[in-house]
Amino acid sequence: MSDNSRRGFLGTAAAALAGIAIAPGIRLIELAGARAPEEPASGKVRWGMLIDTAKCATGCTDCVTACNKENGLHDTGQPRTDAQWIRKIDLKDLRSGRQHSAPVMCQHCAEPPCVDVCPTGASFKRADGIVLVDKHTCIGCRYCVMACPYKARSFVHENLTDQLPAVPRGKGTVEGCTLCVHKIDRGDGTTACADACKAAGHEAIVFGDLNDPQSEVSRRLREIPSRHLRGDLRLNTGVRYAGV
Amino acid sequence: MLRLAAALLVVLAAGFSLAYARTDKPVVVIERPGQCVEATEVMRRDHMKFLLHQRDRTMREGIRTPKYSLAACVECHASTKTGSVLGQDGFCQGCHSYAGVKLDCFECHAAKPKHLSAQARP
Repeated sequence: MSDNSRRGFLGTAAAALAGIAIAPGIRLIELAGARAPEEPASGKVRWGMLIDTAKCATGCTDCVTACNKENGLHDTGQPRTDAQWIRKIDLKDLRSGRQHSAPVMCQHCAEPPCVDVCPTGASFKRADGIVLVDKHTCIGCRYCVMACPYKARSFVHENLTDQLPAVPRGKGTVEGCTLCVHKIDRGDGTTACADACKAAGHEAIVFGDLNDPQSEVSRRLREIPSRHLRGDLRLNTGVRYAGV
Repeated sequence: MLRLAAALLVVLAAGFSLAYARTDKPVVVIERPGQCVEATEVMRRDHMKFLLHQRDRTMREGIRTPKYSLAACVECHASTKTGSVLGQDGFCQGCHSYAGVKLDCFECHAAKPKHLSAQARP
């Protein structure tokens, strides 16, 4: 074997090794994102988000618009009681005058108060950390609306028509951010708000598996300081904020 | 005695004819013929059980297999005229109003298939 061909062989071998090294990482992410339709949601995954308020633009409501479109939330002409799954809040430090803004939605707590207070078990946490309302058993008592420290739950006051097949909604039940559970179950591995934020060029919302150290959200959480909103309540939220 | 029996017969016959004339049987239109997820007899008797179990599997565990899914029922059984499973001759409502069984799935769930839903429209 000439020196030249040996070098060529080593190069190919190194490339092949690199391929193996990269492939398992990619496979891990794929496995976390795409679950077979007959496989139940697993506790190995915990879905969550990082919201970087430094990148969130004041006045931009693309995440809210995208959420409304994805989940079929319409204006019913009653703005005070219309359902709101995600809202933009503006923050201002009175001493320094620093202003910034952030989206707030269901924080998908590991210890959700809404689940504790629900008298029928309708408010529940799925194995993969998503906090949902089973509207088949919800009696509309609104205890969860009171218990949530983030004002993340809405009650549906009006009769609804034209609901989307993937997002059933109805009068007399409580609802909130589902972390686009229909998209997750489909294997999209993203939410409407995160997509919209990326499309607007801000990338302030990063969605992913908090349990997977390889995921984008875990990597960003390792790199930049972040906190739980109302961390004093020790709810271990799935949505984390940077820069607040 | 004979007169009594004749009177009874007349009353019975009138009763039967009335019973048959009372309500029309529902018109069940299968616009997309083919095999449903179970035999017709099983579906007629037990569709609500399949839907109930599938509902809990989907809601609580995130299992979204198309078999027994309400959305899949609607995809196949929605009328081509109205685009819906509701309405007087709608696949679901037609039978349910005949049987006098309240049908409240569609107060929340879409009664129209995905391509006719609000999201699909511009």
